[in-house]
Amino acid sequence: MKHSILVLLLLTPAAASAQPAAPIAVKAGTIHTMTGPPIRNGVVLVRDGKIEGVGASLAVPAGYRVIEARTVTPGLIDAHTVVGLAGYLNQPHDQDQVERTEAMQPELRAIDAYNPREELVSWIRGFGVTTIHTGHAPAALMSGQTMIVKTRGNSVEEAMLRPEAMIAVALGEAGLGEDNKAPGTRPKEIAMLRGELVKAQEYSRKSASAKDDGKPSRDLGLEMLARVVRGELPLLVTADRARDILAALRVAKEFDIRIILDSASEAYLVVDQIKAAGIPVILHPTMSRSYGDRENLSFETAATLRRAGIPVALQSGFEGYVPKTRVVLFEAAVAAANGLTPAEALATVTIDAARILGIADRVGSIEAGKDADLALFDGDPFEYTTHVTHVLIDGVIVSDQVR
Amino acid sequence: MRRLLLPPIGALLLCSTVTAQTIAFTGAKVIPVSGPEIESGTLIVREGTIVAVGATGSVTIPAGAERVDLTGRTIMPGLVDSHSHIGEAAGADSSNPIQPEVRVMDAVNVRDAGIQKAQAGGITTVNIMPGSGHLLSGQTIYLKLRDGNSIDDLMIRLPDGRVAGGLKMANGTNPRRAAPFPGTRAKAAALIREQFVKAQEYREKMRRGDPSKRPDRDLAMEALAEVLEGKRVVHHHTHRHDDILTVLRLAKEFGFRVVLQHVSEGWRVAREIAAAGAPASIIMIDSPGGKLETRHLSYTTGKVLDDAGVLVGFHTDDGITDSRLFLRSAALAVRAGMSRAKALEAMTISNARMLELDHRVGTLAPGKDADFIILSGDPLSVYTHVLETWVEGRKVFDRDDPKDRLYAVGGYGASRDQVLHLDCIGEGDAR
Repeated sequence: MKHSILVLLLLTPAAASAQPAAPIAVKAGTIHTMTGPPIRNGVVLVRDGKIEGVGASLAVPAGYRVIEARTVTPGLIDAHTVVGLAGYLNQPHDQDQVERTEAMQPELRAIDAYNPREELVSWIRGFGVTTIHTGHAPAALMSGQTMIVKTRGNSVEEAMLRPEAMIAVALGEAGLGEDNKAPGTRPKEIAMLRGELVKAQEYSRKSASAKDDGKPSRDLGLEMLARVVRGELPLLVTADRARDILAALRVAKEFDIRIILDSASEAYLVVDQIKAAGIPVILHPTMSRSYGDRENLSFETAATLRRAGIPVALQSGFEGYVPKTRVVLFEAAVAAANGLTPAEALATVTIDAARILGIADRVGSIEAGKDADLALFDGDPFEYTTHVTHVLIDGVIVSDQVR
Repeated sequence: MRRLLLPPIGALLLCSTVTAQTIAFTGAKVIPVSGPEIESGTLIVREGTIVAVGATGSVTIPAGAERVDLTGRTIMPGLVDSHSHIGEAAGADSSNPIQPEVRVMDAVNVRDAGIQKAQAGGITTVNIMPGSGHLLSGQTIYLKLRDGNSIDDLMIRLPDGRVAGGLKMANGTNPRRAAPFPGTRAKAAALIREQFVKAQEYREKMRRGDPSKRPDRDLAMEALAEVLEGKRVVHHHTHRHDDILTVLRLAKEFGFRVVLQHVSEGWRVAREIAAAGAPASIIMIDSPGGKLETRHLSYTTGKVLDDAGVLVGFHTDDGITDSRLFLRSAALAVRAGMSRAKALEAMTISNARMLELDHRVGTLAPGKDADFIILSGDPLSVYTHVLETWVEGRKVFDRDDPKDRLYAVGGYGASRDQVLHLDCIGEGDAR
């Protein structure tokens, strides 16, 4: 493994191309299926891109390529990132996660900006991340759309799971306009957001009109927000301060829309309100820097929310500098050291993330019929000194660098 | 050796019963770093100094010593961070790219939550530096993370009375700005060479026998003269392989001692670094990029440089990485192939050598400062917590203390200035 990490950057995502693959049997000391207790000394059978079966007493059929591992988990899910829109060079030409001419641009599609060959995509894939919820950054009041892709494929179409996942909204410092542009305060953020949702309600009502002359002319932004007010798409609301979280809950209730709380570093102050609203949380990276609106973040918030019965997933988040992306494997590891059990921490980057994102029918657990996305390790996945040995997406080995 | 490492007078008096006490920590796994790990060991501390360390049974515990049973715990030397920006560090302003007269000492706020968090991460000695947006951003300061009321309580006095610290320099893209800052790499090197040539001349003139023929005192030239005389080490921010070689070229030309800082592409010029005898203090970052110069960052740099014979350390560069998670740096380097022993040295004694404090800190050995940390488990495990941090025989962090715990795990108010609470005196006295 000596220089594997050096070599990795030279590799291109060619390894991730979609040829039909030979069936694979993964034999492992521990299989974290996420549907029940871990299976000891079991086998995962993979065929035609799907999980064919998993169990302790499965025979390996003839013709299957056998791969051995100490530990197998579902392919990891990064519940919120900007990777692929944001590139690792951090130069203007590879930063497509935020466009600042307008405060609210729900018409901006993530699919039109995603670079599946971006080095950060292969970097996180090497650490077992197979599915990402990526898109426009929490860096404007309403920066655009998000989508869900696999970390494979030579085009966004090949990578696609959900082309339109959510609309990204940022409250607090993150949502303020630059250079005296609106919104300049928190109340202005909420006033603008409510105003746009009112417009979307009108647009949706008129669009449903039976008479052609009653229909409004097509508006790409309001078209998306109309889906939000109809409950078809959620808003992903980044809010760190307790007051911003409560403002988000207030808007969600007023318009009867679905929201998912993002970052939410002061969520521990308003647990009861979040719980009562039935809203899931995609929590900030555990190791996120504690400054600005996140100055009060705690390593233990994932555990606090989980204990309260609030669905919680972890994310790599949005980084403006170094490191250009975080790795959810490491973020979950630190959560596992700060109040979550290892099994719970693993759930925040597998099955719980899949449920919050609405993709649990495809990914997030090791069950027959689900996509064959697997991460193989030579020990406890969360230990710093453990390595990822293989990564499979849709039954194809997309990384066998020891990482 | 005047005022050598003395705590503030008030605190000394109030804490005297603590410091005079001999304490024997028994039953822990002891990682002395200076020798093999001891499965069940004893550490004896008296008056801020390590008296003895060894396997249980092989060390005689003095009569009357307080005994602390640490069975199941791990003890290792306090961590040494060779590059940090805690304490609201600041240095040069935007008027000029080269400002050797500026001291970070004059900026540090010892109540900054970052200092408390560093204690929570097991850091006991730290090199606080000004930033990298200048070719030369000022004088750094080496601190012991004692609980203190002022910077004087934390600083380290050298035998000649000076305050211990280095000089921060940088090359590559960070110092590139509009004039008078450099616009190219060659210009950056030329500006630095110009100043060091001036300093050589200043130094020569200051040595004249007739004081009336010496030049007026110049604070900037004075600091550079200390560098030329080997009294002050240069800590040089540098990432790209060719920038690293430029640092080595200038260090050779002017004969200054240098610690290479960050060295993201050090793996590409490991032989050259080793041949120059320059130590390397490495930053471990979760992913490459974020800026052009770190696009080829690799977890293997520690291993590659160590294999080549370079003295390797790690640093937090806090706020780039979190002081509370400093041990992660060593663990990720081991993940990428570095030996456990070398990685643990890189967190302690190797960094101490770079700060020229290895006679005082960095290992658990008799006669050294009683700077150590008590861990809940193996230092390279993600599940391990720093339970206690001790500096010179005093506990400065205790995870069981709710006030300390706030800084360790975060929460409401964890990033604000601390309300001072020295463990040996009441809060009211310290405020």
